[in-house]
Amino acid sequence: MAQRVFVTGIGIICAIGKNAGEALSSLQAARSGISHITILDTVHRGELPAGEIKMTNEQLAALAGVTDMEMQTRTSLLGLIAAGEALESACIDPKNNDFRTGVISASTVGGMDKTEINFRNYHLGPPYNNFILTHDCGDSTEKIAVQLGFRDMVSTISTACSSSANSIMFAARLIKHGILDRALAGGTDALSKFTLNGFNTLMILDKQPCRPFDKSRVGLNLGEGAAYLVLESEKALGNRIPLAELTGYANANDAYHQTASSPDGYGPYLSMSQALQASGLHPGEISYINAHGTGTDNNDLTEGIAIEKIFGNNIPPISSTKPYTGHTLGAAGAVEAVISILSINHQTIFPNLHYREKMDELSFEPVREVLKGKELRHVLSNSFGFGGNDSTLILSSC
Amino acid sequence: MEAYIRGIGNISPQATFDNGVFLEEIREYRSARLQAIEPDYKQYIKPIQLRRMSRLLRMGVTSAGICLHDAGIEKPGAIITGTGLGMMEETEKFLNGIFDNGERLLNPTAFIQSTHNTVGAHIAVMLNCNHYNLTYVHGPVSFENALLDSLMWLAEKPDDKVLTGGVEELTESHFIITDSIHFWKKGGISNLDLLKDKNPGTIAGEGAAFFLLSKQEDPGNYAIIKGLSTRFNPGKDHIAVRYTEEFLASHNLGMDDIDLMLLGLNGDPVSDETYRPLLQHLEGKTPGAYFKHLCGEHYLASSFALWLAARIVKSQAIPAAVMLNPGQAPGKINRILIYNHYQNIHHSLMLVTSC
Amino acid sequence: MQELTEKLKKEIIEVLNLEDVSPEDIDADASLFGEGLGLDSIDALELIVLLEKNYGIKIEDPKEGRKIFASVRTMAEYILEHQKK
Repeated sequence: MAQRVFVTGIGIICAIGKNAGEALSSLQAARSGISHITILDTVHRGELPAGEIKMTNEQLAALAGVTDMEMQTRTSLLGLIAAGEALESACIDPKNNDFRTGVISASTVGGMDKTEINFRNYHLGPPYNNFILTHDCGDSTEKIAVQLGFRDMVSTISTACSSSANSIMFAARLIKHGILDRALAGGTDALSKFTLNGFNTLMILDKQPCRPFDKSRVGLNLGEGAAYLVLESEKALGNRIPLAELTGYANANDAYHQTASSPDGYGPYLSMSQALQASGLHPGEISYINAHGTGTDNNDLTEGIAIEKIFGNNIPPISSTKPYTGHTLGAAGAVEAVISILSINHQTIFPNLHYREKMDELSFEPVREVLKGKELRHVLSNSFGFGGNDSTLILSSC
Repeated sequence: MEAYIRGIGNISPQATFDNGVFLEEIREYRSARLQAIEPDYKQYIKPIQLRRMSRLLRMGVTSAGICLHDAGIEKPGAIITGTGLGMMEETEKFLNGIFDNGERLLNPTAFIQSTHNTVGAHIAVMLNCNHYNLTYVHGPVSFENALLDSLMWLAEKPDDKVLTGGVEELTESHFIITDSIHFWKKGGISNLDLLKDKNPGTIAGEGAAFFLLSKQEDPGNYAIIKGLSTRFNPGKDHIAVRYTEEFLASHNLGMDDIDLMLLGLNGDPVSDETYRPLLQHLEGKTPGAYFKHLCGEHYLASSFALWLAARIVKSQAIPAAVMLNPGQAPGKINRILIYNHYQNIHHSLMLVTSC
Repeated sequence: MQELTEKLKKEIIEVLNLEDVSPEDIDADASLFGEGLGLDSIDALELIVLLEKNYGIKIEDPKEGRKIFASVRTMAEYILEHQKK
């Protein structure tokens, strides 16, 4: 159980770039990916902005190296692209028989993007009814495993907006238990009418670009994307140089309400403090917090209260990177883990865009400018979800 | 990794929610759709909570409640749930709303309760349980994933108790949709004649089964989960016998050490072909049993199988209806091996032994 | 007013699935949230949909809901004040 878990590869596609290099450029230039919706077919175009990837499914398929579109959802295409990049960046061959490999993914809507187009036409037969079988959240996971050659295990997690933080945590535990040596861990979620309308009924979508931790914040912007990490045991790592080490993680439940967080942020408090405990770090050793920071009234307040409770008067630099990517739901934990690793590797904290005025209830303000040349030893990344599913990851430099 | 099963709760197409009886009467269905026999939920859930709950949510939290009550536990150290399709009723309701109302005037409740983690999250709220909480959604291995996580959790925290289970519902419209792509048998086939019918397809089911797992010895324990294995996409060359023997060897056991083999036969000739070499291998040596005629085929069917194995081991009684050859029932039942597969893509093995 | 409050009671029971509650059980002046009927923020969102669907009144800020839905009477008053139909 004392096994260490290293990150050797990262891959990402989201509104600010179709790979880690593009995402990094956008982050360094403080360039948001929030825009009017032009790809998703919805009546809310022009009304609700989102972190939409400006590529059609056909363009995504070309990028993913997929020729047969018959059974491909946008969710699986995004997943294939990010997973392929992660694998390439890790320089490993998953077919190497010396190591047990698996794909541990996450999604909240699975193949909903195709279900919502086709489900009233299933009775017409092919090609509509091909998408009956791509609805499952596990569909994209299996496509990734088969295309990239991961064999020994597939698993998919869905805990709303914390899904892929949990898939990273589960993958790490599988490695620590010696069940896997190498795992591709992350998540994928395409923008869909289902989620856009769903969050709209909750009245927590901002019609402007979101502004987490701002006094005037009114809600979030949805996004879409996929991100994966290649996690490896010490043995599988050998003498290669990792990008980062996953030093801590925790999962707790707020157990308060299906959608609202407890007033004192107890779940977030538990997940952060338990992740610190797991890593053996003191709060003072955290160099930067990549907050969940959705921009909703409720989240930012309760997350902020929990952060204050743990860090007291010594709060590290904080930013939410959702104003760049939008809230990518099941992919968010992995998207932000990749951004945290980019922060560590490039010694840069990316600012909390659109922030203007301090919240009355909190003592701290988020980072407002690009901060370069900071040695980031340990980064804490939060992901909180409906149903009180709260998770925290701690990534450390190597 | 292993754990005791300390408590159980099971709502299925058979009368299984009462832990005081064990398959005394078998429910016969004359259609390819087996629906859960549900308890009176008002006895388990407060009206203010019940009013918003979909059918699967009611099934899930009630089954979990029965399980915790059975184990005498108020608050587990972790809640780990599996569901394949998740909250289909609410998902369909919200999707239909999007179509019928042109993306306007939609009800938030259906959306909120459509998320896959709804059951696990509700259990946490009802128990005020702040601990580890996870939902696995990988189709036919959702339960195996949840069980693996539970065993890992207990290896990390041996003093904890873990509530784990699987929930799956079959809505009317999903039955019709999957029927249109030939999942299910036609005509008024009886579930009790499932293996006699040689036509393609199987019968559909649903259910919610929960287990309270612990590392502590207790006279109330049902059984021990000794081992668990899954195999993904092994290809056409996959041989069930070799997979089984390798798994048993990893537990220092051979086929002869197994008292009962519980198989996921579902009546579909192509699917059942996978088990045939294993059945031939067992013939005359190890008694075989099956369970999908009782619960129907669904993503979480292996959770029903684990429930069945736990009840058999604890009671040392095998309902005649589950035996492939009723005359071959074993005397003492110390070890049950469950083999299930889904469309030859996902295979799983669970080893259950007496305490 | 009396007519509207009675109608609202029936609509609230239906929309919120208050199976065991009858219109007579709801006091027009009693609190709907917290101690009263025990409704929560999700119910408030459902009532916002109800106002728009049945009365053509659109509420943009969910925080307004808490005041409007304090009781059946405050809800009726708000409707009478804002209804355009």
